[in-house]
Amino acid sequence: MGLLDKEFSDGNIVVANVEDLLNWARLSSVWQLGFGLACCAIEMMATSASHYDFDRFGLIPRNTPRQADAIIISGTVTLKMAIRIKRLYEQIPDPKYIISMGSCANSGGPYWEHGYHVLKGVDRIIPVDVYVPGCPPRPEALLEGLLKLQEKIRNESLRKKL
Amino acid sequence: MALKTETMVLNMGPQHPSTHGVLRLELEIEGELIVNVKPHLGYLHRCFEKHAEAMQYNQVIPYTDRMDYLASMGNNFGYVLAVEKLLGIQVPERVEYIRVIMAELQRIASHCVALGTNGADIGALTPFLYLFRDREYILSIIEETCGARMLYNYMWVGGLSHDIHPNFVRRTKEFTSYFKNTIVELDNLLTYNKIFIERTANIGVLPAETAINYGATGPMLRGSGIKFDLRKDDTYSIYNRFDFDIPVGQGLQGTVGDSWDRYYVRVREMEQSLRIIEQAIDQIPEGDVHSAIPKRIKPPKGTVYSRVENPRGELGYFIISDGNTNPFRVKVRAPSFVNLEILGELCKGHLIADVIAILGSIDIVLGEVDR
Amino acid sequence: MKTAEEIFEILKNELGEIILSIDKDTPTEPIISVEPLKIHIVSKFLRDNSELQFDSLMCLSGVDDANGKKVKDNEGYDVIEGGTLSVYYHLYSTVLKHKITLKVSAPREDAKVESVENVWKCADWHEREAYDMIGIKFLNHPDLRRILMPYDWEENSHPLRKDFKVPEFYQGMKIPY
Ligand code: SF4
Repeated sequence: MGLLDKEFSDGNIVVANVEDLLNWARLSSVWQLGFGLACCAIEMMATSASHYDFDRFGLIPRNTPRQADAIIISGTVTLKMAIRIKRLYEQIPDPKYIISMGSCANSGGPYWEHGYHVLKGVDRIIPVDVYVPGCPPRPEALLEGLLKLQEKIRNESLRKKL
Repeated sequence: MALKTETMVLNMGPQHPSTHGVLRLELEIEGELIVNVKPHLGYLHRCFEKHAEAMQYNQVIPYTDRMDYLASMGNNFGYVLAVEKLLGIQVPERVEYIRVIMAELQRIASHCVALGTNGADIGALTPFLYLFRDREYILSIIEETCGARMLYNYMWVGGLSHDIHPNFVRRTKEFTSYFKNTIVELDNLLTYNKIFIERTANIGVLPAETAINYGATGPMLRGSGIKFDLRKDDTYSIYNRFDFDIPVGQGLQGTVGDSWDRYYVRVREMEQSLRIIEQAIDQIPEGDVHSAIPKRIKPPKGTVYSRVENPRGELGYFIISDGNTNPFRVKVRAPSFVNLEILGELCKGHLIADVIAILGSIDIVLGEVDR
Repeated sequence: MKTAEEIFEILKNELGEIILSIDKDTPTEPIISVEPLKIHIVSKFLRDNSELQFDSLMCLSGVDDANGKKVKDNEGYDVIEGGTLSVYYHLYSTVLKHKITLKVSAPREDAKVESVENVWKCADWHEREAYDMIGIKFLNHPDLRRILMPYDWEENSHPLRKDFKVPEFYQGMKIPY
């Protein structure tokens, strides 16, 4: 249900409702806050480097939260870092999206039992849109997670966030 | 009358694109000049040592993977060597050869990231992409055998988790001849690049005595002109059978021990790793990689300190056994943790922008600094 | 290159009482025990003596020996009373290529060890880590703060002690799974 279905024959005019237009614009340029936490960050770097190339999906790392639309929580969230992550999240302007990458960010991962300094899941401090399982998730899995996020944005309505 | 000035404190990190993860630096600056740098660690403290105490000896191996996640093979290697020393196991020849090849492949992959990010941090993005492309090559070779891209859990106490894949030898040979071109390419693109040299030569000079006193190891120490490599000086496994050189910093573009030298040592080290792999790959003997794996790991009472040369330096494991199936205490002497300590010394008197160049040349992995 | 026994002899002759004993039963490496409040003297000697030249500290590890009595505190948790905390020093000489392990033990309730930071600079962070994780106080250390755990972590709560109890909350975040 892309916009281009409703293109007129000469290709100059596109008719769409505002919601679709906004969603389309949003989902095709999800700018991500570029920061890595742990091992998963290396996979995230690999995903954005040659071979997997995140840019194809409009994902460009930005270095400040004020220019970002999404965070990929790529790794273990420790208690010391959790406070910072919360602050970063609050600095991102709405609408904002969170991808939680890897078992650690999902639920504490391998550190769930004895990790006295590990937060067992980033969703204890900030709301998560997409969970990507794996330890570490392969780049393909992260891409799938991104596609899921785009699908979610596509179905969003102006009145309420899904 | 001299003008009275005050220093200013600037916070860098933990979310900063060039701190290689979650390091926080407290910079005390006077104008643009660094007066003092205070690193704050612990943003990735994942309680490795507590986990090691709660797990059985073989269950600890996956956690060692996750310390220096760029060089998991090296971490596995160090740990299993330590436990084998405690148990007094001799592993089969085939296992030794495969371990060495894997560790050297991993060293190249790890240096690829180190050099790539060092360049990318100070503005050279292209080499980063080239090096990541070739890192993928190594990862796919290793993946064929171990089934994982990054965290392998491949070396077990007394053996390996799997034998090598039938394609492994052929592909590794292809890789070694292919990768030589990459090094030439890298030299042309980055090593002798005028801008890169301007940014790194004479920056962050580390004199040899300071390096030893601060316990620096690996490319940090060799960059300062000291020929010290555990593979030769305190040899382990079968490294004494291979013929390779230890590259050291010579101050080709500036002073001995500057950031460029550390970078340069890494590039040359990749060549030496290729040499080791080429020698080893043809000699892998037949054998069973599982034959020496003990059914139950219960070492006698005692302590062991064993160290290996990881891509970042000396990785030491200090294990205390109380005769149980769990280790009583595992302390890791992580190379990045010790190397990072010098940062303050190195940065003094340089500009803020140089901190990035110096940090890149130290090449830290936060997973290992904080453990 | 000298063996641990030879080094022990040299130390015993030069420094006498400070050097306590050598433990040779361990299957892998002998350990020399030293007085905790005199370790800096021993370290300086080891570094500067021309026959020994231990110029590099490989590793410094704090260990909870857990050799005290196990008792229940008033909330029913096991705590250890008495016994010792230890610090192990692994030294290496890059010139003469020999190694040695030193050990000091201090009482658990009030563990105090002299700092060797001014002998080997790399001891600085290792000692901070030992303080943070085990709770050993290093005397004359320039900057003894927590290093890995947050600065506002509970006083007297040192995670690598064997009787460490995970707190329920830290700054409003629940810690247990
Ligand atoms: S999920 Fe696995 S790979 Fe990712 S940060 Fe956690 S331990 Fe590392």
